[in-house]
Amino acid sequence: MSLDSPKEPAIELVGIDKKFGTVHANKNINLTVAKGSIHGIIGENGAGKSTLMSILYGFYQADHGEIRISGKPVTIRDSQAAIAVGIGMVHQHFMLVENFTVLENVMLGAEGGQLLAKGVASARKELKRLEDDYGLEVDPDGIIEELPVGSQQRVEILKALYRGADILILDEPTGVLTPPEADHLFKVLRVLRDQGKTIILITHKLREIMAITDTVSVMRRGEMVATRKTAETTVEELAELMVGRRVLLHVEKGAANPGAVLMSVRNLTVKDSRGVTMVDDVSFDVRAGEIVGIAGVAGNGQSELLEAIAGIRKPSSGEIFIDGKPVAGVDPAGLRDLGLAHIPEDRHHMGLVLKFEEYENSILGYHRDPRYGRGPFLDLDAMRKDAEEKIAKYDIRPPNPRLRTANFSGGNQQKIVVAREIERDPKMLIIGQPTRGVDIGAIEFIHKRIIEMRDAGKAVLLVSVELDEIRSLSDRILVMFAGKIVGEKSGEAGEQTLGLMMAGIAA
Amino acid sequence: MDYFDIFISILGSAVRLSIPLLFTALAGLFSERAGIFDIGLEGKMLASAFAAACVAYWTGNAWFGLLGGIGVSIVFSFVHGFASITNRGNQIVSGVALNFVAAGLTIVLGQAWFRQGGRTGQVPPEGRFSSIVLPGADMMRDVPIIGPLYANVISGNNILTYIAFLMVPISWWVLYRTRFGLRLRAVGENPGAVDTAGISVAWMRYRSLIVAGFLCGFAGTYLSIAQSAAFINNMSAGKGYIALAALIFAKWKPVPVMLACLLFGFLDAFANFMQGKSMPLIGEVPVQIFQALPYILTCVLLAGFIGTARPPKAGGVPYTKER
Ligand SMILES: Nc1ncnc2c1ncn2[C@@H]1O[C@H](COP(=O)(O)OP(=O)(O)O)[C@@H](O)[C@H]1O
Ligand SMILES: [Mg+2]
Repeated sequence: MSLDSPKEPAIELVGIDKKFGTVHANKNINLTVAKGSIHGIIGENGAGKSTLMSILYGFYQADHGEIRISGKPVTIRDSQAAIAVGIGMVHQHFMLVENFTVLENVMLGAEGGQLLAKGVASARKELKRLEDDYGLEVDPDGIIEELPVGSQQRVEILKALYRGADILILDEPTGVLTPPEADHLFKVLRVLRDQGKTIILITHKLREIMAITDTVSVMRRGEMVATRKTAETTVEELAELMVGRRVLLHVEKGAANPGAVLMSVRNLTVKDSRGVTMVDDVSFDVRAGEIVGIAGVAGNGQSELLEAIAGIRKPSSGEIFIDGKPVAGVDPAGLRDLGLAHIPEDRHHMGLVLKFEEYENSILGYHRDPRYGRGPFLDLDAMRKDAEEKIAKYDIRPPNPRLRTANFSGGNQQKIVVAREIERDPKMLIIGQPTRGVDIGAIEFIHKRIIEMRDAGKAVLLVSVELDEIRSLSDRILVMFAGKIVGEKSGEAGEQTLGLMMAGIAA
Repeated sequence: MDYFDIFISILGSAVRLSIPLLFTALAGLFSERAGIFDIGLEGKMLASAFAAACVAYWTGNAWFGLLGGIGVSIVFSFVHGFASITNRGNQIVSGVALNFVAAGLTIVLGQAWFRQGGRTGQVPPEGRFSSIVLPGADMMRDVPIIGPLYANVISGNNILTYIAFLMVPISWWVLYRTRFGLRLRAVGENPGAVDTAGISVAWMRYRSLIVAGFLCGFAGTYLSIAQSAAFINNMSAGKGYIALAALIFAKWKPVPVMLACLLFGFLDAFANFMQGKSMPLIGEVPVQIFQALPYILTCVLLAGFIGTARPPKAGGVPYTKER
């Protein structure tokens, strides 16, 4: 093209198709991205967004389809080929060598010669230039694992720019960021766009799409279902396109009616396996009939707090009271007997044994209950009957207690855990990331159950890195930053206020 | 003999005993830093000892023997790579299998070719690496302290010994100062980072295994045609495992690897010296205690008493993109 019209496509994907075994991750996808624009791709978890972008970046190979860059068909056999045509990608799970310095990570694959010494000086200079041009500050000699996630992400962006990327793909970049960090990232992205770079932004957060993109494409179950000009669409329309039906974006809940204190934490300090203090002198109460939400960016001690209360991690000092009784040294089974149910943050790691059949997972941890067997023997029929009831009540699909748990989708797996814990009718419920990796339909369902628990007079402690989730469910919000509770707000607190607190800026 | 002479003689034999450990541990360093566990070092060492002895016996040339040892060791590396990199098999299983293959094959072939119950023929002197007397060793001998140290510990070793110590700074330089080393360390920590940087993970790992095979070939050669004059059944005798222990003990770093190998070599030499001797008060100390010490020390280290050993993060995990 002779004229540099802004409408010229930087990327065209034609008929991209990809299967992982039986999973059809991308179905005949067509996508056109205009040069110099920010193009959003939105879709629920598992819709195939990461797969599509990884194909563009040469990380996976498409089974069929064509990729054109600036109008020219290209074959992208590996990431090297993608880099060669000017594509850079910031992966959802960072691709950084954690015990390397920033500089080493940036140089990896672009060292500028057999010996490192030669490249180091020029890489340092180039890094400085990129830092100044785009406001991407980071210490070149810092070790990755010692940097906050926000900086790690900047390193990923720097890596792409250092390799001369004209097209930058960011896969769910804000999942790990505080709201102010996300704002900073968006500023950087706008500068990049204004300098002529093309940006693809993947997210499942509608708000971000509206805030920064020029165009947005929606994916659902492996298909590209729509592309809209951002200015001409609404959050409601996008949500409907994502899910395929109308959804309630806000949970309905009445006022809380708090009763007696059921759970209290006093001066709790918890260290991780390396001896680093993760929870630092934390105290709070949760009453019957209220939901207390703990907001915070991932890694600020919420996980350790939750594990300590659940009896999985031993606190180094402080006390936890359940129903008025100190529970130091009580194991998770003992806590369950006291009426504490725990929905762990990571269902794969702690909540489920993926190789078990559904009915086995649906009683996991409660296998000593006389309902499910006698002495050392399990009563499989009773277990399966019980599982079937839960499946019906929670609309778990497919409704088959004999199916291996790994074959359920993320949302249904989560429902298995939620059903198991809630159906025990506990007095207290502690929940980590109730809807991580769960589709919107199931989110709505799980949120309703949590509110029902509250209305039935249970004490609910909720930890989530999704600020929206915390805000829509909680009656009180505690904000955690660097292991401390830096403040308490009511459930109506504004996002801005909370965001600043989460960043450790204001209390 | 006074105590100093005894000490010097133990030290001399400690150096000699640590050489196969050093080559092997450095070999392990390259493969494990690239994310490939190499329990098959033992087998590689054994096979290359056999190959070196055969070639040296037939050709009467030590250097050809070395080439033979290295060649066979690299072939073993390729088998390990094919199983664990290309076919993404379990690295431990593949390594253990190689150990069995080496143990069996050396006996079978040795018996078929030499008919001496698993021994190879006696390698003639020109087919062996003999000790080199460094200039001035004899003159220095009478200088107190430094003299015996120079004459009996530093001088009087064969060329492979000097090569082994030279390999330490070279390994360090390769790992930390070259592009190859940067990529190698990266692939052992996070192969995804290497892949997305446009570098082939498989090829990087194969190359690290080739280096490992190369170094391990020296170790085997040293056993059969530098330290002895023939291949003997199972002559590696667990040294591959001790070298792995040294590697862990040294937290996967080149210079500490050398120190750990010297320490373990010293324990071995000391055990030999103590054999049959009785100590005042305690009586005869079973040598097995000294032989077990490297493993005990490594366990103590792993239990976290001497800092923490942080293995390469991606070690032992085949690299797969599609679940
Ligand atoms: N490496 C892989 N191997 C097998 N299946 C995969 C792999 N990556 C993704 N999938 C599957 O493909 C589908 C799409 O996943 P993904 O592209 O990660 O979705 P998104 O990024 O939109 O959440 C999911 O069902 C997921 O389980
Ligand atoms: Mg994704």
